[in-house]
Amino acid sequence: MSKQLLKGNQAIALAAVQAGVDAYFGYPITPQNEVPEYLSKYLPEAGKVFVQAESEVAAINMVYGAAGAGKRAMTSSSSVGIALKQEGLSYICGSELPCLIVSVMRSGPGLGGIQPSQADYYQATRGGGNGDYHLIVYAPESIQETIHYIKEGFDVADIYRNPVMILIDGLIGQMMESVDMDVPYKKREIPAKTWAAMGKKYHTGQNVINSLSLNPDHLEKHNLDLQAKYNLVRKNEVRYELINMENPDYVIVAYGSMARIARSAIETLGEKGIRVGMIRPITVWPFPKEAFAKIPATCKGILVVEMSLGQMVDDVEIANRGKFPVAFYGRAGGNVPAPTEVEQAILNFGKLVRL
Amino acid sequence: MKEHRLTFNNEACKGCGLCVHFCPVKILQLDASRMNQAGYPLVSVTDIKKCIGCTFCAMMCPDSVIKVESIDE
Amino acid sequence: MIKYQKTKGLSDKKTHYCPGCTHGIIHKIVAEVLEEMNLLDNTVGVASVGCSVFSYDYFNIDMEQAPHGRACAVATGIKRVLPDRFVFTYQGDGDLASIGIAETIHAANRGENISVIFVNNAIYGMTGGQMAPTTLEGQKTTTSQLGRNHATQGNPIKVSEIFSQIDGVAYVERIAMTSPQNYRKAKAAIKKAFTYQLAGKGFTMVELLSTCPVNWGMAPADAMKWIDEKMSLTFKPGVYKDIDHD
Repeated sequence: MSKQLLKGNQAIALAAVQAGVDAYFGYPITPQNEVPEYLSKYLPEAGKVFVQAESEVAAINMVYGAAGAGKRAMTSSSSVGIALKQEGLSYICGSELPCLIVSVMRSGPGLGGIQPSQADYYQATRGGGNGDYHLIVYAPESIQETIHYIKEGFDVADIYRNPVMILIDGLIGQMMESVDMDVPYKKREIPAKTWAAMGKKYHTGQNVINSLSLNPDHLEKHNLDLQAKYNLVRKNEVRYELINMENPDYVIVAYGSMARIARSAIETLGEKGIRVGMIRPITVWPFPKEAFAKIPATCKGILVVEMSLGQMVDDVEIANRGKFPVAFYGRAGGNVPAPTEVEQAILNFGKLVRL
Repeated sequence: MKEHRLTFNNEACKGCGLCVHFCPVKILQLDASRMNQAGYPLVSVTDIKKCIGCTFCAMMCPDSVIKVESIDE
Repeated sequence: MIKYQKTKGLSDKKTHYCPGCTHGIIHKIVAEVLEEMNLLDNTVGVASVGCSVFSYDYFNIDMEQAPHGRACAVATGIKRVLPDRFVFTYQGDGDLASIGIAETIHAANRGENISVIFVNNAIYGMTGGQMAPTTLEGQKTTTSQLGRNHATQGNPIKVSEIFSQIDGVAYVERIAMTSPQNYRKAKAAIKKAFTYQLAGKGFTMVELLSTCPVNWGMAPADAMKWIDEKMSLTFKPGVYKDIDHD
């Protein structure tokens, strides 16, 4: 139970080892390079597998192989590297395999920049792979919270047989914070992986990991089964935090580092007599729509702040159902808004309302 | 000379003719008068006594149609 | 006495392959070797994308379907976490040498203990006869309708030659699937490749020159002749690397 000063990316590596990851496959890309660097040391020491793959494409396919063989597998990357994994993620969802992906967002589009960003919200929640699928996406705001969701994420992936993404930005990956790696985590009950393709002598019958189905009725049934699974996730796994929600004048919706910056703005606005609350989604898929029913009718509006030019704001508008005016403030290119900018956004709310 | 028996799983045959081509004693032929469910012409044995049990037909068959046995006294 | 019968390594399912397609023969050889080496229950195969996409319906083993080109990366993932299982991929020329060339070369370079069955028929069969990386100069396909021209379309890729240069590779042999004698050669080669994997010697590959009667527009036996008389001139059969004998 002792605290240590750790860099986010290093804490991710340690948390994965603690969660019992069997294999890490990844490729260097700024700003998450410390993840493979630390794991290249920790995993062999723990008798587990580390491979620096030749590309992010290769890495996600190695994850797919190891996951299909019944093992805990993970990868990590950033933005443009996550873009390369979209095909693999679609296959992993279609084949119903568990795995963990850490996405450390940097600015884009294209090669973009290496500074922090939240412009991959669409990439994480809408997905760039083909077909009707979803990743379960956690968006922690601190290194401590990231440590927790890596451990829970592996369990959730195994329970639902679906990829889990830990979506953070370059700030969380690169900063150092005082964390406790040994905060107790209650492991969830996970069914045995009797479906894994690991050699016929280890189970009955023949196990085939596959997403191909040329018969439309069979494939439709498979898709309906996947949706039923996603509905279970929507029912059971939504996570969010409410801050200062008794009679707020305004409600901010923000996640990750942006939520921490907003917390400072909420404090200073409070000192000026403006009551501001916050809905902080922790799962961005499934999105915490239910939290929006908790906004009192006296609220004047919702301000969405993102390190992008507006992606989560779409989900806020959906959840809001036209009830309150929704305003947006964001920065791009790797710029991180200061708390004073969030303050100003509230003070200028009317000018920022979306049409 | 030992005698041999050839058994054909006719439903698996696709009438490709590789067995006919590779038989060194030329005792196999495609017979258009015999057809399976899929409509492929089946293979007939013209003179089983000439079969030398080389199993070339069975080896080159992509569909594992032919079983070759030697008949032991 | 039974002199030849269907191997237990293949299921009862009738294959979808065209009449005379050598996929059927190669499947048989791989399945026979797995059966004879008692590997059927301890194997994980990786299916690729091409005509052989349904190979998991035919081989009597656990399998994982890989995205197009990625089979060697998928096999790497499996073998690294299950090093005591036997792991092989079964890939065509588009899968292995076009979209998948990076994954294949790097698995070989890392010396992954996997075996690759490379079915080279110089064309894209499943999608209807387009040019492949191994299509011959002058060969007409649906995307090289005037015949492949190296000036704009490159030259056919000699996979066995390339892989023989990679240190992590233990064994590479190329064989033409054109006769019972070559059937025996192919079976011996595949058995050797599989034995090398069990001994942990590194990456092994057997390249089989194969027919595509429908897309080449030839009868099955004529297609085999075309391999012997034409294709083998560009892709010379032989052992390209053998770590135990070099």
